[in-house]
Amino acid sequence: MTHDAPPLRRSLPRLLPDRFAAFGAVLIVLVVLAAVLAPWLAPYPLDEVRPLERLRPPSAEHWFGTDQVGRDVLTRILYGGRTSLFIAAAVLAVSALAGVTLGVVAGYAGGRLRDVIMRVTDVFLAFPALLLSLALAVVLQPGVNTVILAIAVTWWPWYTRLSASVAASIATRPYVDAARCLGVPAPLIILRHVLPNSLTPVLVQLSLDAGGVILTAAALSYLGLGAQEPTAEWGLMVQQGQTLFTTNWWVVAFPGLAILLTAFAFNVLGEGLRGALDPRRVR
Amino acid sequence: MLRHLARRLGQALLVVAGVVVLTFAVMRVVPGDPAVAFAGPKATPEQLAAARERFGLDDPLPAQLLAYVRDLVTGDWGISLRTRQPVRDDLALAFPASLELVGAALLLAIAVGIPLGVLAARYKTKFPDFGVRLGSMLAVSVPVFWLALALQTLFAGALGWFPVAGEYDARLDTTSPLTLWTNITAVDALITGNWPILTSTLHHLVLPALVVAAYPAGVIAQMTRAALIEEAGQDHARMGRALGFGETSVLTRFALRPALNPVLSLIALVFAYALVNGFLVEAVFNWPGLGRYAAESIRSLDTPAIAGVTLLVALVYVLVNLVVDLLQGLVDPRVRVR
Repeated sequence: MTHDAPPLRRSLPRLLPDRFAAFGAVLIVLVVLAAVLAPWLAPYPLDEVRPLERLRPPSAEHWFGTDQVGRDVLTRILYGGRTSLFIAAAVLAVSALAGVTLGVVAGYAGGRLRDVIMRVTDVFLAFPALLLSLALAVVLQPGVNTVILAIAVTWWPWYTRLSASVAASIATRPYVDAARCLGVPAPLIILRHVLPNSLTPVLVQLSLDAGGVILTAAALSYLGLGAQEPTAEWGLMVQQGQTLFTTNWWVVAFPGLAILLTAFAFNVLGEGLRGALDPRRVR
Repeated sequence: MLRHLARRLGQALLVVAGVVVLTFAVMRVVPGDPAVAFAGPKATPEQLAAARERFGLDDPLPAQLLAYVRDLVTGDWGISLRTRQPVRDDLALAFPASLELVGAALLLAIAVGIPLGVLAARYKTKFPDFGVRLGSMLAVSVPVFWLALALQTLFAGALGWFPVAGEYDARLDTTSPLTLWTNITAVDALITGNWPILTSTLHHLVLPALVVAAYPAGVIAQMTRAALIEEAGQDHARMGRALGFGETSVLTRFALRPALNPVLSLIALVFAYALVNGFLVEAVFNWPGLGRYAAESIRSLDTPAIAGVTLLVALVYVLVNLVVDLLQGLVDPRVRVR
C-alpha cells in the first residue's frame, strides 16, 4: 500500500461505492457537528448542577439521565466530544509533523542518517503508547495538555517509519533524479517533490490512528492521569461513574458508547480509505 | 540465515540500550526526591544523606547511568519504595499473572479471529463478510476499560455466572495450597494436578480474557481476511481451482498457509498492545498482574517499580519481535534478504 498509491483526488470516486467507508464518513461528520455545535445543541448549560435531580434515569427532560451531582449526561457527552476531538487533532498534528519530517529526511537521505533515525524510532516503538504515556503522565501535571504531549511522544515513530519507506521509493524516481541533476538543493527536492508525493498513505494512517488516539486518551483519563474535573471528558465520566454501573447504568453506559462510536467512525473511514487507495485492491 | 540472525540481534541490542537510557531519563525527571521517598518524611538529615549515598544520587548523571546499567545487568532492578522488596521479585510474581491473562486472551483471539477471517474471505461482499467486518471494527473500537466494566456488571454482578474479581478463590489456599513452579497459576495448578485451583482460575479468567481478546481478535480477523483475499488471486490458488477444488478447499488448503505469515507478525505486534491493554482490565477485575502493580506504584510515585515495569514490557516487546522476525525468516526465506 505504501508504494505508488494513487493520489487521494482520483481515489475519492472509488470510495463512494464502498458503503462501509461512506457510513464511517457520515458518522464522523455527525460526531464533529455534535461537538462543534455543542453549545447550541446541549439542552442544559455545561456545568449546571441540580442537586435535587441527582441520578435521574433517562427521560424526556434528560435523554441520557443525570449524573451523581445532578448534571445532564447528554450535555456533558456533547461537550466531551470537543475534548476528545481536540486531543486527537492535536496529537495527530504534532506527531505527523515531527514524524513525517524525520521520515522524509531519512528516506531521502538514506545511508547512515537513515539508520540513526530508524534506530531511534525503534527505541520509541518498543514502548507501547499507553505505557510511556503512563510514565510521562505521572511525571507531568495531569491534564489535557499532558495527555496530548504523552501520546504524541509515543505516536510520531509510526509516521517516521511509514513516510521513510514511501520517501525512499520516491527518491529513486526519474523526476527526483532530474531535479538532482539540475542542481536543485536537497531541502528543496524534499519539500517540492518527495514530501507531496509521500502524503497519501500518511493521510490514510491519520484517519486510522484517530480512533486509537481517542481510545488511549480516554484510557489515560479513566486512570485519572488525563483530563480533570470539571472538564467534560468521556473516559473521566466512566471512571467517576464506575461504581454506579449496577444501579445507575446510564451514567457509565452513554459515555462509553460515545467513545466506541467515535473510534468506530474513524476506524471505518480509515479502513475504507486504505482499501480505496490500495492499487492491488481486490474487488 | 546466520548473517540475518546476527544483524537482527545487533539491532535488538541497540534498541534495548536505547530503551534503558530512555527509562533512566524518564526516572530522573520524576518530581520528588527518591531519597526522601525512601527515608520517609521524618528522616533526619543524616538519614537522608545516607539514603542519597546509598542510591548514588550525588554522583554525576553519566556515572549514575553507568551504575544503573551495571545493576540491571547483574540482576539488581532496585528496591521498590512501596513494598520494600526487590523490584525483580515483585515483577517475578506480577508478570506471570499478566502473562496468564494475555496468553489466554491471545489463544482465544486466534481461535476466533482466524476462522472468522476465513469465513469473511470465503463469502466476500456477502452477509457473513459484512458481519465479520462490522464485528471486528466494533471490537477494535471499544474502550477496554468500559467493556470490562460492562461485562463485569452484567455477567458477574447481575447474572452471577462468573466471579467479580481476583485470580482464584483465596479460600482454596488453605484447603488445597498451590506449589509454585512457573508462578503462572493455571500452569502450576495443571502440572501439580491441583484441580480445585485450576477450575477456579479458569472460571476467574473467562471475563477478563474475553475483554483483552476483543482487540486482537478484531485485527486478526481483518488481517486474515485481507491476506486470504490477496492469496486467493495468486497462481497457486488458481491452480487449485483449475484442478477442480471447491472455493472453500482452495482457501483452506492453498491460500491459508501463505496468508498466515503476515498474521504471525501481527500477533507479535498485538501481544505488547494486549499486555498494556490488559493493565486496564487488571485494574477493573483486580487481577494481581503487572497492571495492578503499575497502578499502585504510580499512585505512590514508586520510581524504581515504575521503571521496572516499563523496562520489562519494552524488553518483552523487543524479544517477541525478534523471535517472530527469526521465525518468519525460517518460514519464508525471502524475509532474510530484506
